[in-house]
Amino acid sequence: MKTYAEINEKIASGSAVVLNAEEVSDYVDRKGLSATAEEIDVVTTATFGPMCSSGCFLNFGHSIPKIRITEAWIDDVLTYSGIAAVDLFMGASQLQNNDSANMYYPGEFRFGGGHVIEKLVARKELQLCALSYGTDEYPRRELRTMFTIDDLNQAVMVNPRNCYQNYNVATNTSDRPIYTYMGLLKPRMQNLTYSSAGQLSPLLNDPYYDTIGVGSAVWLAGARGHVYSEGTQHTGSVERTENGVPAEGAGTLALTADMKQMRPEFVRGVSLKGYGVSLSLGVGVPIPILNEQILQYTTVRDDEIKAELIDYSYDYPMKSGKVIAHLTYGQMKRDEVEVNGKKIEVSSMSSYSKALHIAELLKAEIQNGDFLLSEPMQKLPQNNKSKSMVLREGEGGAVK
Amino acid sequence: MKTQKFLLSFNKQLAEKPIVYHLVKEYDLVINIFRARITADEEGFMVLEVSGTDEHISQGIDFIRNNGVTVNAAEKGLRWDREVCTHCGNCLPHCPVDALYIVNAATREIAFDSDKCVECLNCIPNCPYGAVTSVF
Repeated sequence: MKTYAEINEKIASGSAVVLNAEEVSDYVDRKGLSATAEEIDVVTTATFGPMCSSGCFLNFGHSIPKIRITEAWIDDVLTYSGIAAVDLFMGASQLQNNDSANMYYPGEFRFGGGHVIEKLVARKELQLCALSYGTDEYPRRELRTMFTIDDLNQAVMVNPRNCYQNYNVATNTSDRPIYTYMGLLKPRMQNLTYSSAGQLSPLLNDPYYDTIGVGSAVWLAGARGHVYSEGTQHTGSVERTENGVPAEGAGTLALTADMKQMRPEFVRGVSLKGYGVSLSLGVGVPIPILNEQILQYTTVRDDEIKAELIDYSYDYPMKSGKVIAHLTYGQMKRDEVEVNGKKIEVSSMSSYSKALHIAELLKAEIQNGDFLLSEPMQKLPQNNKSKSMVLREGEGGAVK
Repeated sequence: MKTQKFLLSFNKQLAEKPIVYHLVKEYDLVINIFRARITADEEGFMVLEVSGTDEHISQGIDFIRNNGVTVNAAEKGLRWDREVCTHCGNCLPHCPVDALYIVNAATREIAFDSDKCVECLNCIPNCPYGAVTSVF
């Protein structure tokens, strides 16, 4: 048994023993659970992939004369400006103005909020256009200016939903190609796409949220950030296997960090043909090895993590609940799986290579005493369920 | 007998000349054209595979070079940028010849073998990050 304070003392003194979530499995096999729990202080987990529910708050400071922005675009991508005078929110999946979207199907979706965020972190120059109706104390009614992240007072990433704990696997049983956020799915189940770091994924290594909670320190694209809430659609109460792995998407994390400290290679705009734009992010989460049970959960391997194979041509959009098969990440990483006697090629939206790199970077930061852990101030919900949207009519029968 | 792949580029004046015809007729070369295009400003590009004896290939390439064609044996019509690639693997089922492939099974890093590439261009719209681009 160790405490956060003891582990942080070891980190601060540069003597913490850290493994990543891939290497810890073999280590426990060799040394046994109890000896390893004594020896290891932290296990690092990580993931890299598209996380649409991401965005950032930007504060521009005041111009002379002042403006109270009511509408604004950055590189022609609309921001949300229904907050204070020069605060804006840029969402990752906001499409650039005048993009024809899917009018000429499938659209290319070359640029959007995710790309703006990538350019910001890469310290590239962007254009702000803003409008206002003008008030006595904020008389300016329009402006256009170039800026970089260094001109801003704050650029804070605020992501309502990252790090999905397990995620379904997409395929297409129909007779035509379909274009989805899981990429192009060829007809008649020729390919499938998964999107998880599997055995490295943060919440699959802490399935019951014993150490990851509100206030936990995370590595968000190279910046020190933290979990500010359960993520949207967080569903603690789902069917789980013996090692806690949920059978379907379950827990999620809401993350925040200072974008000025982020590294561009881990903040990447995404263009998905026929679907839209998004943002890929690299996230690392350290798990303190407080006891044997917490260590045991971090030893989960790809072969023990099952995901649901879903037909995105019908069952996904119609929410039918039908699952074609359950596949492990071990199976899928053999690059071809067989379902009902049919061989299916495998693609992924999540980069294991980048996740492994992040787990190693975070490990080095902890070993060097540069990244202290923080004890959660509040647990993530373990027993909550998610609701579906029920469409209902207003009074008198009219849908309002 | 050997087979070699080349990227040819040529200017407006040469765009109308039957270069491939001469390679077949005068140098006894077997030509497999992967891709050819005249751009909006009338520059020509062609990626082709040439099979024949060493001597004939070398003579044929000299012939088209002497006619003002830029012949590039090192570069092909498709570029894969290792730094832009995030190694997610979304491209893999869309490459029919495994020119994009997993080079390290443990880390799942991707690599590109330009010799295998047949320039079908399927990878370009299937890369969310724009890691693959066409030279023309």
